[in-house]
Formats: sequence, structure tokens, C-alpha cells
Amino acid sequence: MKLIAGTALALIFSTTSVLAAGDGACAKGKTLTEGTLTIATGNPAYYPWVMNDAPESGEGFEAAVAYAIAEKMGFGQDNVTWVRTSFDEAIQPGAKNFDFNMQQYSITPEREEMVDFSLPYYTSAMAVLTTQNVVDSGAEATLEGLKGLKWGAVATTTAIPMLNDVIQPSDEPLLYNDNADVNAAIMAGQIDAALYDLPTALYLSAVVVENGALLGQFPPGQSESPDQFGLLMEEGNALKECVDDAITELTESGELAAIEAEWLSEATGVPVFK
Amino acid sequence: MEETPLQKDPAEHSATTPTRREVYEAGVRRRSIRIALISTVSVILAIVVLVPLAPGWEAVQRSFFNGRVFAETFPGLLEAFLMNVMIFAWSAPLIAITGLAIALCRDTRAPALFPLRLFGIAYTDVFRGLPVVLVIYIIGFGIPGLGLPRPWNSPYIWGTLALVLVYSAYVAEVIRSGIDSIHQSQRSAAASLGLSDQDTMRFVVLPQAIRNVVPANMNLFIALQKDVALLSFIGPVEIFRQAGVYKSLYANFTPYVGAALIFLALTIPATRYADYLMNKQNRARS
Repeated sequence: MKLIAGTALALIFSTTSVLAAGDGACAKGKTLTEGTLTIATGNPAYYPWVMNDAPESGEGFEAAVAYAIAEKMGFGQDNVTWVRTSFDEAIQPGAKNFDFNMQQYSITPEREEMVDFSLPYYTSAMAVLTTQNVVDSGAEATLEGLKGLKWGAVATTTAIPMLNDVIQPSDEPLLYNDNADVNAAIMAGQIDAALYDLPTALYLSAVVVENGALLGQFPPGQSESPDQFGLLMEEGNALKECVDDAITELTESGELAAIEAEWLSEATGVPVFK
Repeated sequence: MEETPLQKDPAEHSATTPTRREVYEAGVRRRSIRIALISTVSVILAIVVLVPLAPGWEAVQRSFFNGRVFAETFPGLLEAFLMNVMIFAWSAPLIAITGLAIALCRDTRAPALFPLRLFGIAYTDVFRGLPVVLVIYIIGFGIPGLGLPRPWNSPYIWGTLALVLVYSAYVAEVIRSGIDSIHQSQRSAAASLGLSDQDTMRFVVLPQAIRNVVPANMNLFIALQKDVALLSFIGPVEIFRQAGVYKSLYANFTPYVGAALIFLALTIPATRYADYLMNKQNRARS
């Protein structure tokens, strides 16, 4: 694990220092503030995407990816500023206060009509968060078993179409404002299970939800439209090409996979629904 | 300006030939209607012409008044609105009953019942002083957290309780003002007829008091109709939550506008009706 992380970091720094010098031209004159890349994240930003709600540290998957992209575009660590936005602020019409926004935005064709997305930087599995009590009372990790559970989800996520299309629960799901409210409902026994992206579900089951357990995951390959995260930008943002180039480079060179291995490696080993 | 003779009473005058005063007043009325019309039309024109000239109008139109998104989401919103109507339908009678009970608590006069009176005062003070959202959160997540088994931890039950607690406090105050508006002489008269305190309240005071506060309570129920949407915070998918889901799926605010229209379609007629009742009552009193 440490070895992988070490090589990943070494890879990032060795390749980026070479490329950064030549690549800086792309983003010239296209950022909000000349010479600075302004990146938005959530308030608060959650583990394991951003560690300790401090994206400036570069720790956590999205923080690390953000700095890697910035390097590719020719922005050093010191030339990156962070701002915080909610989902609604990110999609509201009018001038934006960020160059791109990074908080697990799933790319969908409907959203694409209103805002621009970069190429995906992560493809997430969906996982079922529940509690040990529900597992003990005989919840089965089959599609049929999932239907019978009382479901909850965060209302602003793409978990909802997934719930309605794939699981099709027999009882209307309950929807909430944010992770904290869903967790409160799980702990109060108002819902049996909630659908999250896998890394978030792992964190919540291990740290936040008392007696939390993961019932299983829907791997990205199984869904017709897998949950792919992209950077959100204002529609028609001239920076999109540069960002896409940077992500393509990171993907092809394996750096993106290395960052993923460093921060999201626990994600393997969760049973898969059949 | 022409002198208008004041001494002539229009009632004495025959209906066929209007007095000079009536002619003058009709002229004034026509003139003010004309002015009101011109100013209204020019304000609307200014809005319709000037707002689209704003540089961001196209973007705003695309994210708030998007015809395609509206057409795709409106049926779902209407369906979700049924949930609001249902929650309203079972909350309203509970609120009316609880509100009446609290108002009666506050109006108890026997010294032995003083604790009841104290309870009424504390109840209205606390629940009128708290934002509805807070009560919904605290009760909606707090009480089920105690470990109640399903279905007794349902957000519908506890969310409804939160609405009932807050709104019955308002209704109680309104009813109490109605009770206070009944003159002491009515109670004295009832007592002289041999009615007990209870019967006085039931047959003399309350029938008049309730009738007096119907319009004020209508206003409260219109407000309740909107606040039902706050239950979405603890899980139920009613119209506001459904609009939020659509907003997130389409990255577009148009569903909120759709929800607003649905609310208005219900609340505007209700408001007009409350106004009508209020005017009718005012006329009857004067």
C-alpha cells in the first residue's frame, strides 16, 4: 500500500514537472483570475474525497486529482485557490466563482444540457448502506431482498433514478437533504437502507453510522449508465478542453489509477449484487 | 371647478335623473380607472420589455423557465402534490381540535385549574416562538431515535405531530382572541338564566367566538398548506422534495417554478375566499 502510494506520488511529480512547463499555455487567459486556478468543492467536503475538510492539503481522492489536473494545466500548488459551493450554487445561472467544481458530480445527459462536464475522473459503484440490525433480521443481499427494504437516499444524487429503475422498492423511498439526515433516519430505524456511491458508503458504515454495515454493491459495469464523476463547469467554459486534455493524460499515464489506488483502495472486497 | 350642492340627498332624488354630485363623482371614478389602467399597463410593459434586455436573461430563462423541463416534470409534481394535500387533510382537523383545547385551557377561570391555564400559556409561548422547521427536525428525528419500532417511528406521524404542535398554538391564540371578544355581559346573562360555566362556554360564548375568528383561521390554514412542504426535511417526498429531485437530475430550477404554480393555484383561491369572508364579516358588524 505504502509502496503504491509512494510510486504514485513519484509518478505525479516526475511527469508533471516535465509537462507542466510546456502545457501552461492552454489555460492562459481562460481562468477567472489570471495565473490562478479556482476550484470549488462542497461545504463541508466529505472523506474520502477530501480529508479533514481541507482540500488545500491535497489529501483525499478529489483533492489529489484536483492538484494533479492543475499541475497538468500548468498551475503549481501555490496557484490553486479553493472555494466552497452548494449544488444549487453550482448550477444557478449567472457568473460563477470557480473555474471548475469538484464534488462527486455524476455526469448525466440531462445535466449536460445546462452545464458542462469534463471527462470522467472516477467511475463509482453504488453501495447499499444499512445497519447490522437489519442484516441480522434477515435482509438478503439479492435484488428480490432489496425490494422489500425501506429505502432512503440524498435527494440531490443520481442514486434516486438508480433506486427507482434497478431496485424498484415496493415502498416509496424517503429522501433527505444531506448525508447527515439520511444517517439520522437509518439510526432511528425509519429506513432500512440507503444508496450511496461506494467510497462514501464505506466511510459512513465504518465511522459515522452506529452498527453500520454494507449489504453489497452494484458495480459500475452492471448499470446501463454507470455513475461517472466529472468536473462541473459553466456551460461553454473555454477551459473545458484544457481540463479534458489533462484528465486524458492522467488516465493514459496511469496516474489517475494510482491516485485512486492510494485513496479509494478499500473499495474492493465488498460483495457484488447479482 | 364646479360647486356641488351638498344639501341634496341622493336618496330623496328620483333614480332617473342623477344629481350634479353624482355626475361629478362618476366622472372622478372614470378618471381614476383610466389612470390606474394606464399605469398598470405601462408597468407590465416595462417589465416585459426591460427584463429580457438584461444580459443574463437568456441563462435565467433556460434554467427557470425551460419549457421542455417543465413539460417533463409537471406531471410528477402534480402527483407529489397529492402527498401535500393528504398531509394537510389529516393535519387540519387535528390542529383545529388541539387549538380549541389549548384555547379552553387558557380560558379556565377556576383557581383549582390554574395549572391547566399555566400549561396553555407555556404551550403557546413555546410553540409560537419556534421556527416550524426546527420543531419538525427535533421531533421528526428525535422521537423516532428513541428506538420506537416501525410503523410507530414513521416520519409522517412525527412530522404531523410537529405541524400540529406549532399550528395549534397559533390557532389557540386566534380562538382565545375570539373568546375574549365576547362581552362579559353575555356570560352574566347566561349565568342569570341558570347556565353552568361549562354550558355558558359551550352554548353562548364559543358559537359566537368561533364564528368571529373563521377568517383569521382561514389565513392560518393557508399558511399551513405551504408549511406542509417542510415535512420533506425528514423524508416524505412531497412536491417540494420532488421538485428538488428534478432540479438535481436536470440541473435546472424550472421544477421549482412548476411547484410554485401548483401552490398558487390552490392558495390564491383560498386567500380570496378568506378575504371575502373577512369583508362579509366587517360589513355585518358595521
